[in-house]
Amino acid sequence: MGNVNIKINGMDISAPEGSTILEAARLANIEIPTLCFLKEINEIGACRMCVVEVKGARSLVTACVYPINEGMEVYTNTPKLIEARKKNLQLLLSNHEKKCLSCVRSGNCELQRLCREYGVEDEDYYQGEKQKFELDTSAPHMIRDNNKCILCRRCVATCEKVQGIGVIGANERGFNTFIGSAFNMDLAETSCVSCGQCIAVCPTGALYEKDDTEKVFEAIADPEKYVVVQAAPAVRAALGEEFGYPIGTDVQGKLAASLRRLGFDKVFDTNFSADLTIMEEANEFIERVKNGGKLPLITSCSPGWVKYCEHYFPDMTENLSSCKSPQQMFGAIAKSYYAEKIGVDKEKMFVVSVMPCTAKKFEVGRPEMDANGVADVDVALTTRELAKMIERAGIKFRDLPDEEFDMPLGLGSGAAVIFGATGGVMEAALRTAVEKLTGEELKSLDFTDVRGTEGIKEASYSVAGLNVKVAVASGLKNAKELLTKVKNGEADYQFIEIMGCPGGCVNGGGQPRQPGYVRNTVDIRAKRASVLYNLDKTNTIRKSHENPAIIELYETYLKEPGSHRAHELLHTTYTKRVVNKETL
Amino acid sequence: MAEVKSVPFRGTKAQEEELLQTIEELKDEQGCLMPIMQKAQDIYGYLPYEVQKLIAEGLDIPIEKVYGVATFYSQFNLYPKGKYQISVCLGTACYVKGSGEIFNKLQSKLGIAGGECTPDGKFSLDACRCVGACGLAPVMMVNDEVYGRLTPDMLDDILAKYK
Repeated sequence: MGNVNIKINGMDISAPEGSTILEAARLANIEIPTLCFLKEINEIGACRMCVVEVKGARSLVTACVYPINEGMEVYTNTPKLIEARKKNLQLLLSNHEKKCLSCVRSGNCELQRLCREYGVEDEDYYQGEKQKFELDTSAPHMIRDNNKCILCRRCVATCEKVQGIGVIGANERGFNTFIGSAFNMDLAETSCVSCGQCIAVCPTGALYEKDDTEKVFEAIADPEKYVVVQAAPAVRAALGEEFGYPIGTDVQGKLAASLRRLGFDKVFDTNFSADLTIMEEANEFIERVKNGGKLPLITSCSPGWVKYCEHYFPDMTENLSSCKSPQQMFGAIAKSYYAEKIGVDKEKMFVVSVMPCTAKKFEVGRPEMDANGVADVDVALTTRELAKMIERAGIKFRDLPDEEFDMPLGLGSGAAVIFGATGGVMEAALRTAVEKLTGEELKSLDFTDVRGTEGIKEASYSVAGLNVKVAVASGLKNAKELLTKVKNGEADYQFIEIMGCPGGCVNGGGQPRQPGYVRNTVDIRAKRASVLYNLDKTNTIRKSHENPAIIELYETYLKEPGSHRAHELLHTTYTKRVVNKETL
Repeated sequence: MAEVKSVPFRGTKAQEEELLQTIEELKDEQGCLMPIMQKAQDIYGYLPYEVQKLIAEGLDIPIEKVYGVATFYSQFNLYPKGKYQISVCLGTACYVKGSGEIFNKLQSKLGIAGGECTPDGKFSLDACRCVGACGLAPVMMVNDEVYGRLTPDMLDDILAKYK
C-alpha cells in the first residue's frame, strides 16, 4: 500500500493509505481528543469528541473512523470545532451525576480532563431530564454506577471482543439506553469472571473496584491483630504510574518501603509463594506425565481464568492444576507454618494481599480457600487501592528509600517475578521441571519462545527423551481459541499457561488506569513486563527450587512437593458452573 | 435492579424444535439474529428468557446480545399478550382528554407496566396511537371491544367484566 498526501491544519502530511484522520494526525504529532475510541476494539465514532473539519464535507466528521484520501484538507482545532466539542461535553454532562469531588476518578477522569481542556465553565448548561440508576453492588469485586456512565461502550467492547465474554451491553434505546446485563440481571448472576478489564478501560467513575482500604486501615490499627502483607510481582511494575513515574518504572524498593510505613507488621512478597506454586505445579506436571494423568495440565494462578474455565469449559476443570494461586498459597502458609514459627494465633493473623487484579477479591471469598479453618487471605487490594492508601497515609512515595521485603516470606526468585507477565509461569515451571526431569543443570534459563505479548504462543522442548509441547494464552478470547483447538483434538499440548488478562497480570484489571489516548498509542503490557524480566535477569536466584526460603519450608514443614501437608494447604478443587442459568 | 415479573414460561417441545430448526437454517447467514428473533416471536408470541437463551446458545453468542436487540426494537415483546389485551390510546385527542391518567390507573390496578402481562396471563397492557374513534376520546380497547368517554372511576366495572 502506498502513501496518501493530505494537509492537516495547512501542513503537508504523508500517511499510509487506509489510515484514519486520527492516525494520520498522530503521525504529525497532532492529538485529536477521543473518548469512546479504543484501537481495534471500539472504533464506533459514537462520542463525537474527535470531530474535525474536512474541506468540502457537508458536516463535521469523526476522525477516529474517517479514512484519508489524496488531497484531503483537514482542520483539527478551529473555533467551530472547539465549540462543537464543548457543546458535546455539556450534553454529556446534562445526564451525568457530577459528584466530582467525591468521585473515585477525580483527578484522572477522562471526561473531567476534556471539560477542563475545552473550558466547559457551566456544567449545568443544559438542564433536562436525568436518568437515575441504582448501583449494582452484587459482584464480589466491583460496582457499576450507571449515573456516571457516558455510554462510550468501551467496557462492552472489552468484555466482548477482548475477553470473549459479553455479559454487558447496551439495553433499551434512545434516552433510556443504559449498560447492563440481559434481563437486567445483576452482574453476580451472570457469567462475569471478575477480570476487571471493563474497569481498566472505563473513562469515568462508572466502574470501580469494591474499596477494601478501610478494612486494612482498621486491621493495622487493631493491637490484637498481626497484619502481614504480600505484594504480587506485577504491582512493582505499575504502582509507580500512580505517583507520576513513566510506564515501565520498577518501584520494588519503594513498594516495600511504603508498605512498611503503612504499618504492616511484616512486609512480604508473593514471589515467595509463586516459587512455592512452581514447586507444587512442576511436581504435579511430572506426576501427570509419568502416571498418565489428565493432560494438558493448565495453570490455575489466574482466578479470572479459573472462573472462566468453570463457566465456559466445565468439562476441562480436571485439566486445571489443583494448585492454589500464589496469593492463596501465601495465606495458607502465613497462617500455618509462619504463624507457628513466630507463635502467633492463626485467628489473630490478618493477611492482606496487594494484587494487580480484581478477580483476587472474588478468589479470597471462595469457600475452598480456608486451609486452616480460617480464610487464607483476609483482604485483597488492587494496585490502585494501595496507591490510595499510600496517599491517605501521607507517605511521600517518590521520596522513599528503596527497601527490602522481610524474611523469610519475602524472598523470591527471578522465576517468580516473571509470573506477572504472560508466559512467565510457563518459563518458571520449565526451569524447574526440566532440571527435575533431566537431573541436569540448564545451560540457558531463558525460554524466550514463551515471552512476548502475543495472545497465543506455542513451543516444544525435548526433555529427557520426552517431547514436551507447551502453549501460552493471555486474554480470555485467546484462551477460548486455544482450548477449542485442544477440545477438538487439533492440538496435543502437555502444558498450558493461561492468564485471564491480555498480556498477563501486568495488564490486570486492578492496575493503574491509563487513559484511552495512552492505551491506543503505548504498549503498556510490554513496558511493564520489561520491568519483571529485568528483575529476573538481575536476581541471583533464578530458579524456584533454589530459593533458600522454599528449601527450608520443605525441609522443616512440608517435607516434599505433593506431600499430604502440601495438599491440605496448597491445593484446591473447582466448581462446574454454567454460562446461562436455567431460568431467571 | 428491576425485578422482571412475568407469566411462567409454558413453551412446548414442538415450539422448541421449530425454533432450533430455524436457528440451524439461518445461523451461517450474516445478520441472522433479527430474522431468528422475529421467527421466535412468531412461534412463542414473545421473547422470554428461556427463548432468548435458546437463541444465544444456538448462535454461540452472549444472551446480552439478544436482549440488547430485543429491547432496542419496539417490535419485540418480552412479555406475552394476555387473554384480554388492553390498549389505551395515547394519541393526541385521547391524551388531551386524559388518557394518560387512564393508562396510569390501569398500570396500578393491574400491577404491571405498559408492555407487560399480569402473572395469571389474563391482562396485558399497551399504549397505542389512535384507533379512529377520536370523537369518543379518551378511548381504550379490550381485545376488539372499544370503550369511550372514559373516566378513571369506570375502570373497575370494565375490568370486572373480564374477571
